[in-house]
Amino acid sequence: MSQEKLLEIKNLKQHFKLGRNNVVKAVDGLTFDIYKGETFGLVGESGCGKSTTGRSIIRLYNSTDGEVLFKGENVQGKKNKSELKKFNRQMQMIFQDPYSSLNPRMTVMDIIAEGIDIHGLAKNAEERKAKVYELLETVGLNKEHANRYPHEFSGGQRQRLGIARALAVDPEFIIADEPISALDVSIQAQVVNLMKQLQKEKGLTYLFIAHDLSMVKYISDRIGVMYFGKLVELADAEELYKNPVHPYTRSLLSAIPLPDPIYERNRKRIVYDPSQHDTSEEPEFREIGPRHWVLCTSKEFEEYKKEKQNTVTN
Amino acid sequence: MKKDNILEVNDLKVSFKTHSGEVQAVRGVSFDLKKGETLAIVGESGSGKSVTTKALMGLLPQPHGFVKEGSILFDDKDITKLKEKNMQAIRGKEMAMIFQDPMTSLNPTMKVGTQIMEGLLKHQNLGKEEAKIKAIELMNLVQIPNPESRMKQYPHQFSGGMRQRVVIAMALACNPRVLIADEPTTALDVTIQAQILELMKDIQKKVDTSIIFITHDLGVVANVADRVAVMYAGKIVEIGTVDEVFYNPKHPYTWGLLGSMPTLESDEEELFAIPGTPPDLIAPPKGDAFAARNKFALEIDFVEQPPMFKVSDTHYAATWLLHEDAPKVEPPESVKKRIESMDHSEEATR
Repeated sequence: MSQEKLLEIKNLKQHFKLGRNNVVKAVDGLTFDIYKGETFGLVGESGCGKSTTGRSIIRLYNSTDGEVLFKGENVQGKKNKSELKKFNRQMQMIFQDPYSSLNPRMTVMDIIAEGIDIHGLAKNAEERKAKVYELLETVGLNKEHANRYPHEFSGGQRQRLGIARALAVDPEFIIADEPISALDVSIQAQVVNLMKQLQKEKGLTYLFIAHDLSMVKYISDRIGVMYFGKLVELADAEELYKNPVHPYTRSLLSAIPLPDPIYERNRKRIVYDPSQHDTSEEPEFREIGPRHWVLCTSKEFEEYKKEKQNTVTN
Repeated sequence: MKKDNILEVNDLKVSFKTHSGEVQAVRGVSFDLKKGETLAIVGESGSGKSVTTKALMGLLPQPHGFVKEGSILFDDKDITKLKEKNMQAIRGKEMAMIFQDPMTSLNPTMKVGTQIMEGLLKHQNLGKEEAKIKAIELMNLVQIPNPESRMKQYPHQFSGGMRQRVVIAMALACNPRVLIADEPTTALDVTIQAQILELMKDIQKKVDTSIIFITHDLGVVANVADRVAVMYAGKIVEIGTVDEVFYNPKHPYTWGLLGSMPTLESDEEELFAIPGTPPDLIAPPKGDAFAARNKFALEIDFVEQPPMFKVSDTHYAATWLLHEDAPKVEPPESVKKRIESMDHSEEATR
């Protein structure tokens, strides 16, 4: 994994106005980088703003404030059509619900080729067809499927179609918003294996948004934990699971049920109480150890650092 | 019926009539439910786990769904033969259900308190005032704060976790002897899920009901269940105590399910995925329904359905691999590693 930044997100804010004095700060000042070739996992509970983050990055929403730099170029703000087109080719999205994200009245061929048509990537009908067949094979389907409609496919197969559609324009960066949570356990493993294999072959970079923490741990290189529109902790996947620092991360990790009855019988759940923080000081995102960032006040920062050193020396 | 059994299901077969033919959703399921225990039924969508419980509750969609064969004994009565009117006396009172989606299983136009009181008024012959007192008691039991004012509110004023608590309170209203929970935590966040699971275990201790817990999440199963039944293509393929099924799984499908979940410690390159998709139940395969996806399949798997082989007094699995003439097959590496790693966690917690 290189240290080349593919995406830099700086102070991203997405506020929704609901009536005159009611603003929902769905995403409130996010700053993080995504390196080329890595999988960045974003976890949190429903309503924490993780999906909104993904959608703001890819411009499905116009962000309220902040910058998103893709290879050093700002993707937010006003753009003309050709600039947008160029950007849309580099960034694609895989959606959560494989049932509502595919147009039921289009054939698989047309669904997958839509991006190819828009960007003029195929010179003639023959080439278009060949491209679609190739994509279908890449995701583990076959070319006989091209003339069918989405309702003829199972959930796992549809998610493969969603992946094929995203791959059609040769993107470098894919945002996967809960791509497996609508699928059965055995099918989840198939899709995750496919995504990993494609990453290896094509050098893709993923932003993987999910609430299933064990799957996120498995697929991600680095993980960010969101709580109420803010990142509270960011670290390498191993580090985050071994040494969670922020109390919210700890509580989230302690809530995951594991398929291990004896462990479950002895499990102690940690409950997060937001009032344990000192509210007189605005918390900041600080690096408590190498590549390990936590949202904390200056006093908590000292404590966390001490704790961290203790765990390292032990 | 055996003495400590509260429910006995014998060779239950449920089918649906559709345009393209008869879908055999449940193809001969037998199990019993003991007093005060939690039985988890796991399986993928389409494995027949929800249909089985709908048959128990007499809630099969009419007129397409019907019990084709078999019996469900409750109180020495076969409830598949009961008339709707008699079934209504059982449903909600003796057997209650918690549904998956708390957003759709509550009536959005009715106050929460009224919905909880509905069952009390119908089954318990309580007066309005008494029912109200009982409803407040129930809301306290499921830990909804300020029940007096909350019961005057509508479902949309409740969060997902709170709504599921309301649904649980409704189900518990008449002190049911059997509680069927169909994926009660699937729509909830992990932290809320943990709360609801703790609540259900707590309540079970207090009111001593038996629970049938349907889920596809093996982590949840490990947390709540005393016994586990694994379903595939309309049949139970393995049943045993939770320790037996998790630490000594015998059926290749169970291996697949366990192997396809990443562990928090694992850093293996690839997950053990079960190839292919479940069979079409309009024309189920002749032999073992899992054979086509099973790399350990024997020739006989494609010809004849395996019976339930006994592993221990409580542990049974339907796979020819347990036949005495079958070659000895070890579970795949990833599953063995997982079980070994779980032994470690056992030491660590002690």
